[in-house]
Amino acid sequence: MAFYVVQFLTGLASAASLFLVASGLSIIFGVTRIVNFAHGAFYMLGAYVAFTLTERFSGAFGFWGGIVVAALVVAAIGVLVEMVLLRRIYHSPELFQLLATFGLTLMVEDLVVLIWGPDDLVGRRAPGFKGAIDFFGQNIPSYDLFLIVLGPVVLGVLWLLFQRTRWGVLVRAATQDRDMVAALGVNQKWLFTSVFALGVFLAALGGALQIPRDAVNHAMDLRVIVEVFVVVVIGGLGSIIGAFVAAVLVSELNAFGILIFPKISIILVFLVMAVVLIVRPWGLFGKPEAPARRTPGLTVNPWRPLTTNERLAAIAVLVVAAALPFVGGNYLLTVGSEIAIFVIFAVSLHFLMSVGGLASFGHAAYFGLGAYGVALLAKMAGLPMIACLLLGPLLGLLGAAVFGFFAVQLSGVYFAMLTLAFAQIVWSIAFQWVSVTGGDNGILGVWPEKWAASPSHFYWLSLGVAALAVVILRIIVFSPFGFALRATRDSPLRSEAVGINGKRIQWTAFVIAGTVAGLAGALFAYLKGSVFPDNMGISLSVDALVMVLLGGVETVSGAVVGAIVYKALNIWLVSQTDLSKLVLGGFVVLIVVAFPKGIVGTLEAFMHRRRKSSSSASSPLLTSRIESAE
Amino acid sequence: MRGYFVGAGLAIAVAAMATSAMTTQASAQSEIKIGEINSYSLLPAFTEPYRKGWQLAVEEINAAGGINGKKLVVISKDDGGKPADAQTAANELVSSENVAMLTGTFLSNIGLAVSDFANQKKVFFLAAEPLTDAITWSKGNRYTFRLRPSNYMQAAMLVEEAAKLPAKRWATIAPNYEYGQSAVAVFKKLMSEKRPDIQWVDEQWPPQGKIDAGPVVQATAAANPEAILNVTFGADLVKLVREGNTRGLFKGRTVVSFLTGEPEYLDPLKDETPEGWIVTGYPWYSIKTPEHDAFLKAYQAKYNDYPRLGSIVGYQTIKAAAAILAKAGSSDPEKLIAAAEGISMPSPFGEITFRKIDHQSTLGAFTGKTALKDGKGIMVDTAYRKGSDYLPSDAEIEKLRPKD
Repeated sequence: MAFYVVQFLTGLASAASLFLVASGLSIIFGVTRIVNFAHGAFYMLGAYVAFTLTERFSGAFGFWGGIVVAALVVAAIGVLVEMVLLRRIYHSPELFQLLATFGLTLMVEDLVVLIWGPDDLVGRRAPGFKGAIDFFGQNIPSYDLFLIVLGPVVLGVLWLLFQRTRWGVLVRAATQDRDMVAALGVNQKWLFTSVFALGVFLAALGGALQIPRDAVNHAMDLRVIVEVFVVVVIGGLGSIIGAFVAAVLVSELNAFGILIFPKISIILVFLVMAVVLIVRPWGLFGKPEAPARRTPGLTVNPWRPLTTNERLAAIAVLVVAAALPFVGGNYLLTVGSEIAIFVIFAVSLHFLMSVGGLASFGHAAYFGLGAYGVALLAKMAGLPMIACLLLGPLLGLLGAAVFGFFAVQLSGVYFAMLTLAFAQIVWSIAFQWVSVTGGDNGILGVWPEKWAASPSHFYWLSLGVAALAVVILRIIVFSPFGFALRATRDSPLRSEAVGINGKRIQWTAFVIAGTVAGLAGALFAYLKGSVFPDNMGISLSVDALVMVLLGGVETVSGAVVGAIVYKALNIWLVSQTDLSKLVLGGFVVLIVVAFPKGIVGTLEAFMHRRRKSSSSASSPLLTSRIESAE
Repeated sequence: MRGYFVGAGLAIAVAAMATSAMTTQASAQSEIKIGEINSYSLLPAFTEPYRKGWQLAVEEINAAGGINGKKLVVISKDDGGKPADAQTAANELVSSENVAMLTGTFLSNIGLAVSDFANQKKVFFLAAEPLTDAITWSKGNRYTFRLRPSNYMQAAMLVEEAAKLPAKRWATIAPNYEYGQSAVAVFKKLMSEKRPDIQWVDEQWPPQGKIDAGPVVQATAAANPEAILNVTFGADLVKLVREGNTRGLFKGRTVVSFLTGEPEYLDPLKDETPEGWIVTGYPWYSIKTPEHDAFLKAYQAKYNDYPRLGSIVGYQTIKAAAAILAKAGSSDPEKLIAAAEGISMPSPFGEITFRKIDHQSTLGAFTGKTALKDGKGIMVDTAYRKGSDYLPSDAEIEKLRPKD
């Protein structure tokens, strides 16, 4: 009996650490609607700064002072980031801020190694909380008890802050309806900055408090970020109490789950999230989002098919690309094939995001399913390459059909997180089912047949498929189905009123996108000759998101440019420098500032303005956006 | 306006990429190139000392006149911890840089990916660090050789000590991926052969890098084992040790632990190092052989730092590569394989041989017990165990390894 009590308390201690970080993320998201990918980076910075301070200043005062000062220092960095970077891009398309914070995360990962060195750092134990307390023969670390008390205390303080202060009232109002708050004349600039500062402070505090139990290292951020997101979503976005309950739920399920299924930890949070979101689409304590008040017709330059001249230009570009084998060597061709494959992958996600308005955080699942489909067919059934390429993506289709059915019942970030959960579940199956998938050692020896084996032939194959995929998706965009999909995206209510079955349309779009991603994965398997669970991992999903955002969400085919730029740069930087993350992150941040609508989006807007100013007759309303966060 | 600048920057980047891709024809006459791949950005704690090790080797080789009179050049690439990126790097090294052979890699799946690439493209590959048994056995191929003692060998070394313990109730804690799974499987198999009387009472599989140490420690303690096998390392190990110490998990229990004696993983523990664990590792401070002394002196003189196990692996990988290249007198992969099979060479741990039967080197490892000295973790009662003594019989390997 004593054991179960202690296991419960241990779970509570884990929950408290999780809650501190999650609460900060929840507050930031609730008010600013920023998916703050850098939250993990701030958590890690908090730990590193606290390590330095507590090593320098010993004693109880030095330790606890160091923890608090570290959190304050990192919060100040957060304020700087918000004012210099994020303020510039609040008007950008939804999720664009994710790109900026992603760039920051990449930079921080390399920076901490440069500053603090590559070794794992083990900090001091907390003065006064070094030992354990005996509980009927079981030991409970006193630091765990401290955390167990701290969690609810922080929850209480935040509750008071939000319920009893004017600032809190404004924050709650902004969480519920920030357009209305803006309309009422509240200075949103400083509201956002202060909220961001508080959120970052909590993240850094959470990191700093890990010093006595963890090793400070440069991978801490990724370890925590996804889990924290999941906790926030399970609890319901913007709900602090929800985050607390979710943290306790997840931690306790883990603490007791490992007693029965020792391998459960790897997937537990995602399973919980999938179940919660299917049963309660807005999380445990979340409320349905009010229908969007935006009028997208005014914010997007109207889409149109390419003119004849533009078509000729596109064909010319394709011809130039197809001529690469006559000038480039084998390496360049293989890189070219890889880029072409990622163009296919990126346009499939782009189709879902920009046309369907459904941002998937787990699109790599269908890429990976396509790759595994090919690998299994080739290795187990021994099918020829053509058959594998045609049938392999069907596994992506199947996955998209099953998961898409559940996912399209949700919208916005909840949709994104459910797709993430599904992707992680698929990933863990590939990872754990060693007898079929080979686990993390993957499936080897999936090489193309003779006719496609030479780099130039494979390059032409990839390029051809990529061109075909782009053309087909464009045809779909301008087909009646595409219009119905856009109608559903722009106004669910109105499209329903004219008789469009929105969910079915979105589901179909999801399946189309999943199948095309599966096609990319199938080619990728042959390009690399092997398949690993990595091929459906979170980082690949994030890469795809970055490519789409970089190209521009509000364009028809911006992802093509985004994929080429990001992939080429990535491959080149990784080859040239060990600090590729620092440079790539810096570059992403630069692009975010220079092209606030993505590369293609910004260029299009620029052309549009030029055209407008030459005709000079149109109303200014059409080209200026409706601003919500001035 | 800003757009133009970034656009210009992009153009420059693309142009630079094109030129770097085109400068492929280097002066092949006077130098021999080796392509090296490792997870530099993902695992700097291991790869920094590793890089220092191989840089020292390159310096020594070239100071001694290079390889058959040609200067040795190592071109090093980062794989970011991803198999797909490792293959891109391997392709660049082979197609654009025309390297004579590939070396390196840390993670098992990356080692396997590069080994499969080598097999497909008919390139010689000397795997440095990946521990998986598959790379020389079930998925072995004729182009791939491996330097470090494998999972099986390290397990066999530990079992020799562990079997002497009186403990009958055993629990295991291992990261939930191939390395952890196969380490536990081999240990269990070898241990049960020697000691049919023992029981496996609990197993814990925390995700690699994400251990929630408190519940894991508590759950292990609840099974009340007499001895524990640990396979976690790095940050996970630190958390496990800290929770285990506070909660008294290790009190009165013997722990047998993979890799914990390596300075990379032992040093961060500082004064919290648990005492009396039976570990494999690298006690650089207590190895008193002329070969190791020479290495240690050279390393400390060059870097003003002590070596980690990664330094040995990096150093010996390039030394081995150079020895193979020198013996082959050519960069033809078939000649390299012929030269490498059965080649013997000196190493800081004494003479090693690359076996013909499975392409595994006989580099060994040290076992010993952890202890605390001046607030730091060290290994005591150390003994070097030759790799050749801890490999299964040739007949068994014939069964495991596919025919070429």
